[in-house]
Amino acid sequence: MLSIKNLHVSVEDKEILKGLNLEISEGEVHAIMGPNGAGKSTLGYLLSGREGYEATSGNVVFAERDLLDLEVDERAQAGLFLAFQYPVEIPGVSNMEFMKESVNAVREARGEEAYTAAEFLKLAKEACKHVNLPLDFLKRGVNEGFSGGEKKRNEIMQLILLQPKLAILDESDSGLDIDALKVVAEGVNSQRDGKRSFIVVTHYQRLLDFIEPDFVHILADGKIVKSGGPELAKEVEASGYAWLEKGEEATA
Amino acid sequence: MSEQIEQAILRKYDAGFVSEVESDTFPAGLDEDVIRGISAMKNEPEWMLEWRLQAFRSWQKMKEPDWAHLGYDPVDYQAISYYSAPKSMKDKPKSLDEVDPELLRTYEKLGIPLHEQEMLAGVAVDAVFDSVSVVTTFREKLEEAGVIFCPISEAIEKYPDLVKKYIGSVVPRGDNFFAALNSAVFTDGSFVYIPKGVRCPMELSTYFRINELNTGQFERTLIVADEGSHVSYLEGCTAPQRDENQLHAAVVELVALDDAEIKYSTVQNWYPGDENGKGGIYNFVTKRGVCERNAKISWTQVETGSAITWKYPSCVLRGDNSVGEFYSVALTRGRQQADTGTKMIHLGKNTKSTIISKGISAGNSSNAYRGLVKMGPNSDGARNFTECDSLLIGDTCAAHTFPYIESSNPSAIVEHEATTSKVSDDQLFLCQQRGLDAEKAVSMIVNGFCKEVFKELPMEFAVEAGKLLEISLEGSVG
Repeated sequence: MLSIKNLHVSVEDKEILKGLNLEISEGEVHAIMGPNGAGKSTLGYLLSGREGYEATSGNVVFAERDLLDLEVDERAQAGLFLAFQYPVEIPGVSNMEFMKESVNAVREARGEEAYTAAEFLKLAKEACKHVNLPLDFLKRGVNEGFSGGEKKRNEIMQLILLQPKLAILDESDSGLDIDALKVVAEGVNSQRDGKRSFIVVTHYQRLLDFIEPDFVHILADGKIVKSGGPELAKEVEASGYAWLEKGEEATA
Repeated sequence: MSEQIEQAILRKYDAGFVSEVESDTFPAGLDEDVIRGISAMKNEPEWMLEWRLQAFRSWQKMKEPDWAHLGYDPVDYQAISYYSAPKSMKDKPKSLDEVDPELLRTYEKLGIPLHEQEMLAGVAVDAVFDSVSVVTTFREKLEEAGVIFCPISEAIEKYPDLVKKYIGSVVPRGDNFFAALNSAVFTDGSFVYIPKGVRCPMELSTYFRINELNTGQFERTLIVADEGSHVSYLEGCTAPQRDENQLHAAVVELVALDDAEIKYSTVQNWYPGDENGKGGIYNFVTKRGVCERNAKISWTQVETGSAITWKYPSCVLRGDNSVGEFYSVALTRGRQQADTGTKMIHLGKNTKSTIISKGISAGNSSNAYRGLVKMGPNSDGARNFTECDSLLIGDTCAAHTFPYIESSNPSAIVEHEATTSKVSDDQLFLCQQRGLDAEKAVSMIVNGFCKEVFKELPMEFAVEAGKLLEISLEGSVG
């Protein structure tokens, strides 16, 4: 469902990704780990089409379409979702309104009928409970005055409502205590249905104790230097990323 | 991204059509004969004509104000026609059936059907076309409650005592350059009187339309809420798309007697000119209200139109415990310029005022908030809270804030908060990543920014205002 071939990405003329290859099939969970500055967040931004992230070569096919030809909103409508590391506030726009408009925009783009206010309210309430947020969060402005943990849970609520084909979680564990981490992980796990795929970007192995990946990739200096199963994450946990700096070559 | 924003703000003006109506229009120019002519067209009594002439004489000695943060070519007051009325209105149609269908169609096109059965339930409308009122709906129903709602020209004939007592009592005829001009040449507008203790059973509204070329519109509205009464009033304004600038200089006077409450809402969508600043309405408006004891006046305005806006709806809080409120959204784009705000004059004890101003600038426009909070020597315990927020869209627009605070009473409390923000790339990216297109995203962000003001509008119009903002912003996103 996602095929990335020899992807080079520059930000402000500086090359960040230097020939990245990744194949993800339906229903798979791929973890991408790596030291700070390896280009982990760049991958999520590039895939979702953020301005300033330029693919200088390579290609990306998502759900049988050339992803790089699509606008940001078209990628979202095609089923690509990015959970932000630092979700931004939109004062005065209620979470409910924001999500209803988003979900309906995506549905309409797929030729499905928009939800009525009543239908959506029901779904939103369920999703809100799912991530353990009080229902008044639906009425509050998008991320307005939310704590770090609440923002992350709000992102997962959006994931649940938008039902994407591929969800990219950009360090969704950063800044979370163990309880909040569990809520986020449970939210994600509940959305693993054998068809939906995930890219879980994280610095630490901790999140992967709760979201068990099918594959783990180590990203360093703009390339995937090692790939393996869940055990690879444990290796990193034990030995850190220092071995990368010693110039050890990828063996996977 | 900002290019996309610019695209979304590119103007589209839905009300820009011209109605094919034959009109009687005075030749351009202004002198005492023109004023006598207007007065005669309206069959006015001698005192009214005299009042106009005195206003005109003081206007002649006045200078056009230049302190506002606005730049425009000088207005040639002799090149404007001061009276224009559809010929069909000459015989004063008695009912809607006698009104020229083209006039009715004009209002229908603007989304304001004038047949009572088709109207928004619970809203009475006075429709003013150029210099005359075309029709005022639901009059009988209002009369049952003792409420007077009619064109001001008719009020001068029918209720001379009320008009004489209150006209110019809030905005004196020599108050300022534009108010003096209006006092000399005003043509129509609405008159409202709510008797003691009456809660007006419907929303009242006036819809102003400028149609004729090279004509100014000078309407005058007077609302008197007698003791313990309550009224909510809304005005809307549009004009055709023309290359020439047109002048609109209105005066609105509100009188809230003891324990009365007036809520006055404006949705102003005069033609703003094209993206190069050609054409558009010059909107110079004086709006002021006086609150007696325990009275309350609340101004809410949504300003999206006009090439030039010069407007400061104000409250004189004369009575003890009286309350003044000002909620404003001013959106400028293209080459629009706005200098708008309010004055809260606290004279009585324990008077309270709230000012919430939201300025949104896009394109090459300039948007200024100018506000005065004045605490008089006897205003013991008075309080003001001001919040003044500016939102910038793109990087070629400007926002300015000119707050003035004058306090002569040590027990008075004045609070002022101000913020300036930009529609950020992060916000847009979040919205688009969730599947919203750029235009929808910007309009949602802007609507959120204005929420505090929109919730003050009567419900029927809050939706309209949101939509208006959407249309105005169409093409302004990047």
